[in-house]
Amino acid sequence: MSSPRLLPVLLKATLLLVIFNFLFILTNNVPFGKSSLYNKIFPGRERFPFGENQRGYNLSLFNLDAMFAAHVLVGAPKADDEYRVILIGDSSVWGTLLTPEQNLAGQLNLQNISACNKNVRAYNLGYPYISLLQELMILDEALNYQPDMIVWLTTLESFPKEKQFGAPLVANSPDRVKQLIAKYQLPLDPDDPAINHPTTWDQTFMQQRKNLANLIRLQLYGVPWSATGIDQFYPATYERAQTDFDADDSFYDIKQNEPLRDQLSLDILDAGLHATDIPIVLVNEPILVSNGVNSDIRYNFFYPRWAYDEYRVMLSEYTAQQNIPYLDLWDLVPMDEFTNSGVHLTPFGESLLAEKVGAAIQTTCGTK
Amino acid sequence: MGLTQIFASILTALLVGAWMRGTRRVFSLLALSILAVFWFQPAVPLRSFDFWIPSLSILLVVLVWFITSNAGAWKSRQNIIGLAVIAGVMTLVGLTRYIFPDPVLTTTTPPRLILVVGFIVLASVAITAFTTLSRRLALTLSFTIIVLLAILVILKSPLLSLQLSIFLRELTGRPTDTASALDLRWLGFSYISFRLIHVLRDKQTGRLPELSLPEFTTYVVFFPSLSAGPIDRAERFASDLRKEFHLTQDETLLAGQRIVIGLFKKFVIADALALIALNDTLATQVRTTGWMWIVLYAYTFQIYFDFSGYTDIAIGIARLVGIKLPENFNSPYTKPNITQFWNSWHITLTQWIRSYFFNPFNRWIRGYNIPAWTMLLLGQLATMFLIGLWHGITLNFILWGAWHGLGLFLQNRWSDFAKKRFNINNPRAQKALHIGGVLLTFHFAALGWVFFALSSPVLSFNVIMKLFGLT
Repeated sequence: MSSPRLLPVLLKATLLLVIFNFLFILTNNVPFGKSSLYNKIFPGRERFPFGENQRGYNLSLFNLDAMFAAHVLVGAPKADDEYRVILIGDSSVWGTLLTPEQNLAGQLNLQNISACNKNVRAYNLGYPYISLLQELMILDEALNYQPDMIVWLTTLESFPKEKQFGAPLVANSPDRVKQLIAKYQLPLDPDDPAINHPTTWDQTFMQQRKNLANLIRLQLYGVPWSATGIDQFYPATYERAQTDFDADDSFYDIKQNEPLRDQLSLDILDAGLHATDIPIVLVNEPILVSNGVNSDIRYNFFYPRWAYDEYRVMLSEYTAQQNIPYLDLWDLVPMDEFTNSGVHLTPFGESLLAEKVGAAIQTTCGTK
Repeated sequence: MGLTQIFASILTALLVGAWMRGTRRVFSLLALSILAVFWFQPAVPLRSFDFWIPSLSILLVVLVWFITSNAGAWKSRQNIIGLAVIAGVMTLVGLTRYIFPDPVLTTTTPPRLILVVGFIVLASVAITAFTTLSRRLALTLSFTIIVLLAILVILKSPLLSLQLSIFLRELTGRPTDTASALDLRWLGFSYISFRLIHVLRDKQTGRLPELSLPEFTTYVVFFPSLSAGPIDRAERFASDLRKEFHLTQDETLLAGQRIVIGLFKKFVIADALALIALNDTLATQVRTTGWMWIVLYAYTFQIYFDFSGYTDIAIGIARLVGIKLPENFNSPYTKPNITQFWNSWHITLTQWIRSYFFNPFNRWIRGYNIPAWTMLLLGQLATMFLIGLWHGITLNFILWGAWHGLGLFLQNRWSDFAKKRFNINNPRAQKALHIGGVLLTFHFAALGWVFFALSSPVLSFNVIMKLFGLT
């Protein structure tokens, strides 16, 4: 048998590579992320995949389909006696430095409470990075999974207009952002330069290889997740949240005498709170209230007192006006019960929060 | 070797294979291999040691060539050019300090040129003195072997490496509190030392053919096999080097196929399995027996695909320049007994150990009046201990060696016993026995990896207990 000639082999290989790359563009709308080994071979994750430390058997990716497909919510058939509560929020809800049992959803489930004569089962759909638009995106998708109630925990840091496209998940989901803007008639520009709009070249296999590799890595991490139940790297030590501050009263570029409300994306919150007929409880999540240096100017690293106080008044007035169940738990947790950030709680801090939220779930059930 | 280094190696090998003929090919491979010694050397926290460690490798290689070659051999034209190429490349690497703002061939900026030239001059004086002395002392070859083994012991022993690092840090005025056993990562020394010992032993026994300096140096630090083997034999390597070679299309395709297979094995399969393979952390975290087996299987295949992938890449690149490196693996996990497993796992290391340790050891022990089975047990254990220690001087590598030494001994005894008593002619029964043997051997090797993968015996025993549902 004669051997193939080198040049034609190389030419054919190059041609096939080029064709394959461009044919791959046609798969742009194929939701690869929805195919998952989670909830089939591996148990679903208790919270969204997030993290960059290999020792946490987890990774961050910009594919909401894949994030949901890996979540236990998608694989859990809803029992007749289940009262399904979905928690939306940032890293404090996701549970930085907390195990799935220690975070808010875990502690609510440990309470074994009932609401509307059904057993409450809380699902953690919190996701690190703080942006109301990201939370709305998750809430919008979560509505497909038969929730009975949404508990939306938020904080002022999620509100500034300039932050909305800053979350990587948002910035890398241009189609979903466009749909959200249209669906909820948000006053946002879908072509904002902060959003990564992929060019044709960006959609080729060569350019998409990292995203595909991440999908595969997520499936592979199903093994250690199933084997260990660990989905986060827990360092032995970490730097505690800052309690001493410079004499600085700034909050982004907003000046104290400027109207704060104009700079915040209350319309996104409003869209989310009116996105469904099921009850939504809005929670102003606990923050670290420092008594350290310059704590008369700032509550914590994130917030000068004036801005946060103004925000609380705004949220209180808004929820009262809209008749939205609202818990203002900003000072619920003592300063020592925060970990590495002004919004990350210790297990005990979470238990204080879970007690209040659990009670609210029971009282708010069936109110809308 | 990372992907950049692999692709650069493929490209340069293609150019050499396609355009270089005769001695030009030999000198090109010499220059590339010397360059690779510097380029592949990983970063070390001691200043300029990423330059000095490769320089020491080269010094050792040239020194061993001088003491194993015939007197006056260095005066031949080829060898003088060889020396010039080696010194020239080292100087060139040193010169990059002045040409490029950032390091290009070393991980940190090379030392000042005066130091590089000084090193070359001092090395030449040392080599001349040592060679002159060695012509008069028959023990020089043995002494050099001992020196090589001593370096290997220091590098492979975490405790000694740490002490040496502390000493070097004190010498260079660096803080000693951050010293680590990993400070002295000497690229490819395990392979370099075994190639040099092979040459020295063959010289002692009069089996070493005369090799020119370029042939010898290229053999020891041949860039495709520098970091992960295989351990070729000098005379076989030299015979390939001396053959007229012209890279044909067939050869390119075959080499390309081998490289692609290797890349896939290493960078797709092994690297993916690495995410879920047994390690110290997972060993303490896995909750159930079933998952512990899965992470152990992942490690078992990861180590195979990683190592055999690199071997495929090395064999493929070498083929582009006309060198047919020996195979290192032959489907080891499909073998029906542990003896066959060791005949197909890291074949060149096993052959080396057999030639230079197991056979001489057996000849020596036969001089004592001890039972045959004891001789066999001692031989197998000592050999496997040595293979374990070659990977690192730790208790776990010793346990890994003992595991395989005992396994080889028991398999040998069982095989002798079974041959005399059982005569199975039924093809189905034979097939069933074969499959059973493969499964048993695979699991025996997999359980052995527990010691290899983990850092402490306690952790390893805990994992084994978990694997058998005992904790």
